[in-house]
Amino acid sequence: MDATIKKICGGDVRLASRLIRDIEDKIPEAKAKIKKLYAYTGKSFIIGITGAPGAGKSTLTDALITELRKKNKTIGVLAVDPTSPFTGGAILGDRIRMQRHAEDPGVFVRSLATRGALGGLSQAAGDAIHVMEAMGKDIIIVETVGIGQQEIDIINHAHSVVVVLVPGMGDEIQTMKAGLMEIADVFVVNKANRAGAKQLQMELTSMLNLSSKAAAGWRPPIVMIGDAFEPATFAENTAELAQKIEEHHIYLQQSGKLTERMHRKAMAEINDALSACLLEPVLSSLAGSGELESFAEKIRNRKADPYSVAEEITQKFFKKQGKK
Amino acid sequence: MYFSKEMQEASLKLTKKWTDEVKKALKNNPDQKEHFSTVSDTNIKRLYTPEDIKDINFAEDIGVPGEFPYLRGNQVTGYRGRHWTFRMFSGMGSAQDTNHRWHMLLREGQTGLSTAFDFPTLMGYDSDSPKALGEVGKCGVAIDTLEDFLALMEGIPLDEVTTSMTINPPATVLWAMYCAAADIRGVPLTKIGGTIQNDMLKEFIAQKTFMCPPEPSVKLISDTVEFGTKFVPRWNTVSISGYHIREAGSTAVQELAFTIRDGIEYVEDVVRRKKLSVDDFAPRRSFFFNSHIDFFEEICKLRAARRMWAKIMRDRFHAKNPRSLWMRFHTQTAGSSLAAQQPYNNVVRTTVEGLAAVLGGTQSLHTNSLDEVFCLPSEHAAEIALRTQQILAEETGVSNTIDPLAGSYFIETLTNEIEEAAWDYIHKIDDMGGMIAAIEKGFPQMEIAESAYKFQRQLETSEKIMVGVNKYSTNNQHSIPLLEIDEKIGGEQIKRLKDVRRKRDSRAAKKSLDNIKNACKKGENVMPHCIDAVKNLATLQEICDIYREVYGEYRDPGLY
Amino acid sequence: MPERKIRVMVAKPGLDGHDRGARVLARCFRDAGFEVVYTGCHQTPEQIAAAAIQEDVDLVGLSCLSGAHRLLFPRVVELLREKGASDITVIGGGIIPEQDFSLLYDSGIKAIFTPGASLDSIVEWIKTNIKPH
Repeated sequence: MDATIKKICGGDVRLASRLIRDIEDKIPEAKAKIKKLYAYTGKSFIIGITGAPGAGKSTLTDALITELRKKNKTIGVLAVDPTSPFTGGAILGDRIRMQRHAEDPGVFVRSLATRGALGGLSQAAGDAIHVMEAMGKDIIIVETVGIGQQEIDIINHAHSVVVVLVPGMGDEIQTMKAGLMEIADVFVVNKANRAGAKQLQMELTSMLNLSSKAAAGWRPPIVMIGDAFEPATFAENTAELAQKIEEHHIYLQQSGKLTERMHRKAMAEINDALSACLLEPVLSSLAGSGELESFAEKIRNRKADPYSVAEEITQKFFKKQGKK
Repeated sequence: MYFSKEMQEASLKLTKKWTDEVKKALKNNPDQKEHFSTVSDTNIKRLYTPEDIKDINFAEDIGVPGEFPYLRGNQVTGYRGRHWTFRMFSGMGSAQDTNHRWHMLLREGQTGLSTAFDFPTLMGYDSDSPKALGEVGKCGVAIDTLEDFLALMEGIPLDEVTTSMTINPPATVLWAMYCAAADIRGVPLTKIGGTIQNDMLKEFIAQKTFMCPPEPSVKLISDTVEFGTKFVPRWNTVSISGYHIREAGSTAVQELAFTIRDGIEYVEDVVRRKKLSVDDFAPRRSFFFNSHIDFFEEICKLRAARRMWAKIMRDRFHAKNPRSLWMRFHTQTAGSSLAAQQPYNNVVRTTVEGLAAVLGGTQSLHTNSLDEVFCLPSEHAAEIALRTQQILAEETGVSNTIDPLAGSYFIETLTNEIEEAAWDYIHKIDDMGGMIAAIEKGFPQMEIAESAYKFQRQLETSEKIMVGVNKYSTNNQHSIPLLEIDEKIGGEQIKRLKDVRRKRDSRAAKKSLDNIKNACKKGENVMPHCIDAVKNLATLQEICDIYREVYGEYRDPGLY
Repeated sequence: MPERKIRVMVAKPGLDGHDRGARVLARCFRDAGFEVVYTGCHQTPEQIAAAAIQEDVDLVGLSCLSGAHRLLFPRVVELLREKGASDITVIGGGIIPEQDFSLLYDSGIKAIFTPGASLDSIVEWIKTNIKPH
C-alpha cells in the first residue's frame, strides 16, 4: 500500500487535509490517490444536513457531534460554504460553531468552498467524504446550504438526509416541495420556540400525509428543536435528533434500503467522475481559450443553436483526443 | 424659527444669492473633494441657514436645561455648580498596583474612580485557569477573591468616592465584593455610590466579553437592578454602553440607536420580571457614550441622546418622575481614533473629543492617554490626560454657559437628522421583536461589521484621513515610554489565590455556592447569596462556573 | 486547470473580544480571493493549531489586543511545529509594542502588523511570501 494512503487510513490529519486540498484544487495526482484509497471506503455512515442560510445548521452539527461523541463515534464533518462570485474568495465560517471540538482527536472538521461556476463541487465533496471514510470515521456529516442543484447533488452522497427549517421563512415550504422535500429523511423545525413553529410543523405533517414516500415504509419524523440559548432543552432536543437519525439508519439496514442508498451514491459518484473526466476538461479548455464565450455569444445572437454547438465541441474534442 | 414672513423672504433671497456665487466660484476653484461627510459618512451641506430649522419649535424641541425634552441637559445650573466628574479608567497588575495608581489620581484632582479589570476577571475565570494564560494583570487589575478586592480598596473612603467598575458577565460577583467590602469596613450599603457597567447586550453586539446566553444574562442584570433599588439606592446598576459599539466600528447613529434600544430592553425586562414600576429604578439608569473625532457629529449625537431617552421614558414607559426622563451619561474619548504613529498627536485628538463631550453636556468624562493605543497608560500619560480635562474645565471657558451651540442652524439640523436615523433603527429592531431577537439574527453585529469595513476601505483610498497614518506619515516616529506589566504578576497572583483557597473555610464556601445554584435554578435574586459567597472567600470563577452550568455558555457566533 | 488557492486562517487567541480588526481582515482576504477560515474569539492556541491543520491553511493570522501575545503567539507556532506543520506560516497583529517584536520573530512569527498597517500591505505581504502548499 502506498505510504500516503497507509497514513491516511491510519488517521493522519495532515495528509488527509492536504489530499482534500489537492482534490479541491484539481491537482491531477489527487485522482490517482483517490483510486488507490477507494478500496478502504464505504464503511462510514453519512449524514447530510441541509437548509437555508441562517437555519442554524452549524449549531445543530455542533450539537450532534457532542451527542455522537458520547457514544464514542469518530466523526468527520464537511462544511460547505459559498465562494464569492465576485472575488473568488470565501469566508468559511461554519467551523466557528464547532471549534470547541477542535482539540478532540475523534473529530475532524473540514471547510469546503463552493468555488467556481464550472461545477465539480459534488465531486470534490464526494472525494473529501472518501478521504474521511478512509480515515476510518464512523460517521460523516456533510453540511450544506440547500438551495440549488449543486447542493442537492452533494446530498446524494449521504445515507440519511436531515432538512432543517425555521419558522418565519415565508414561502420556503412551497419551494421545498419540489426539491428537498423528496430527499428529506428527517425534518428539523429549528428555533421551535419562535412564533410560527407549530404552523410549520402542521404544514409539514399534512404534506407528509400526501407523500408516497411516507406511505412506503419510512415516514420522515419532524423533530422540534428549541432555542440553542436554552441549554437544557436544546440538549434534550438534539439528543432526540441523533436518536431519529440512528433509527433511520437502522431502518435502512433492516429494510434493505441501505443498498438502494448505496446505489444512489454510486450513481452520483459515476456522474461526478464522468463530469470530472469528460465535461470539465472540455469546459475548462474552452473557457481557457475563450471559445466558450464566443459560443455563448453565437447562441445569444441566434447565429447557432446549442445542439449544433455541442456537436461541434464534441467533434473537436474527440478529434483533439484522437490526434494525441 | 422665523419671526415673520418678511424675515423668511429676506433670508431666502440672500441664500439664493449665495448659492449663485458658489456656482460661479466653483468654476475656477473646485472643492478639494467631491462630497463632504462626517467620520460616520453622514453628508454635510456647505451651509446651513434658518430655512433648515424653520420647523423647530423652541419650547417643544429645544427648551431649557432641566426641562423636557432635556436636549440641553438635565441640570438647571449646568456646569457652574459642579464640573463633570473627572473619571479616569485605570487598573493594572495586582490590586496593590492599582490601589497605588488610584491614590495618585485622587491626589492630582480626580473626582471619581473607574476600574479596569484584566481579561480573566472580565470573563469570569480565576488567574490560575488555563484560559488565563498570559492575560493576568495585563489589561487591568486581576481580582479573584474578596481579599484582592479589599486590597484594591485600601484607604479609599467608600462613602465619599464613587467608583465605576467596568465589569459585565461577572458584575454580580464584583458588585457583591464591593458590598461585602463596605460591610466589613462598616459603611452602610445606603452610603456607597458608583456604577457597574453590567450591560450584556452590547457585549453580544460588539465587545464579545460574554459568558451566558442573552436571556439569562439579562435576568442577572435585572437581579442587580432589583437589589440596588431596594438596598443600594445610590448605585447605578447598569451603564448602558455605546462606547464599545462605536469602538467596534459602528457609525454615530448606530451607536446611539443600538444603545438606546438596549436601554429599552433592560427597562422592559425589569418591569416584566421584577414587577417594579419604572419610576422605582429608572432614575438610576446611566449611559456611556463614545466621543469620536468628528466634532459636531458627536455633540449632536449626545444632545439627541438625551432628547430621545426623555421621549421614550415619557411616551413608551409612561414614567412620571422627571428624573426617570434624565439620560445621565459618562463619555470616553475614542480609543479607535488614536494612532500608533506619531503618538503625541493623540493628545490633540483627545482634546478635541473631550471638548465635544463637554459641549454635548456629559456628566462624567474619561480622556484617553496618548499611549493607550499601545498599552495601559503610563503614569505620566495618564496625568496629561487628566490635565486635559482640567484645562477644558477651568481655562477655556467652554463651561461658562449651558449648551452654547443650541440654536445653530447646523447643530440643530444635524441633531434632528441623527435622531431620525436612530429612530429608524429602533423601529426596525422593535419589528424584529426586540434587541435579543435582533442579536440572535445577527442584525446589529452585521450592521457594525459593514460600517467598520467601509471605514477601513475609506482609509485605504484616503477618502478619510488619519494624520500620520495615511497622510503626513514620516519615518521619524516619536518614541514614548510605555508601561510594562511585569510577567511575574501572574505567578504572584496565582500564589495569593492558592493561599486563599487553602486557608478559607471550604465547607462554608461550598455551601454558599450551592445557595447561588439554587437561586439560579429557582429564578430567585442571586445578589444576597453572592455577597455571602464572596465573604466566605468563594472565588470569582467558582461563582461564574455555576452561571455557566445552569444557564449555559454563549460562544462567539463569529459573524463577519 | 489546476490552480492552488491561498487558504488562510484568521484567529483570535486569548480572552479579548476586540475582533474589529480580525473581522475586517477576514473580509479583506476574501476580497483578495483567498479562502478564509475564521475561528471567532476566545480561542486557545491548541484549538487554533488543530484547526489550522484540519483546514490545511497556508497561513495563520493571529490577532490579539490584550497583551497576551507574548505567550500565546509563540505557543501557536510551537504547537504547529510539534504536530509537524511548521510549514504553516504564522503572522500576528494587534497591539504589540516594538520591544516585543524580537521575542516574537525569534519564536517563529514571520510578520507583525500593528495598528495603522494598511489592508493592502497585509494582502501584498501574503501574496509575496506565501507559496500555497
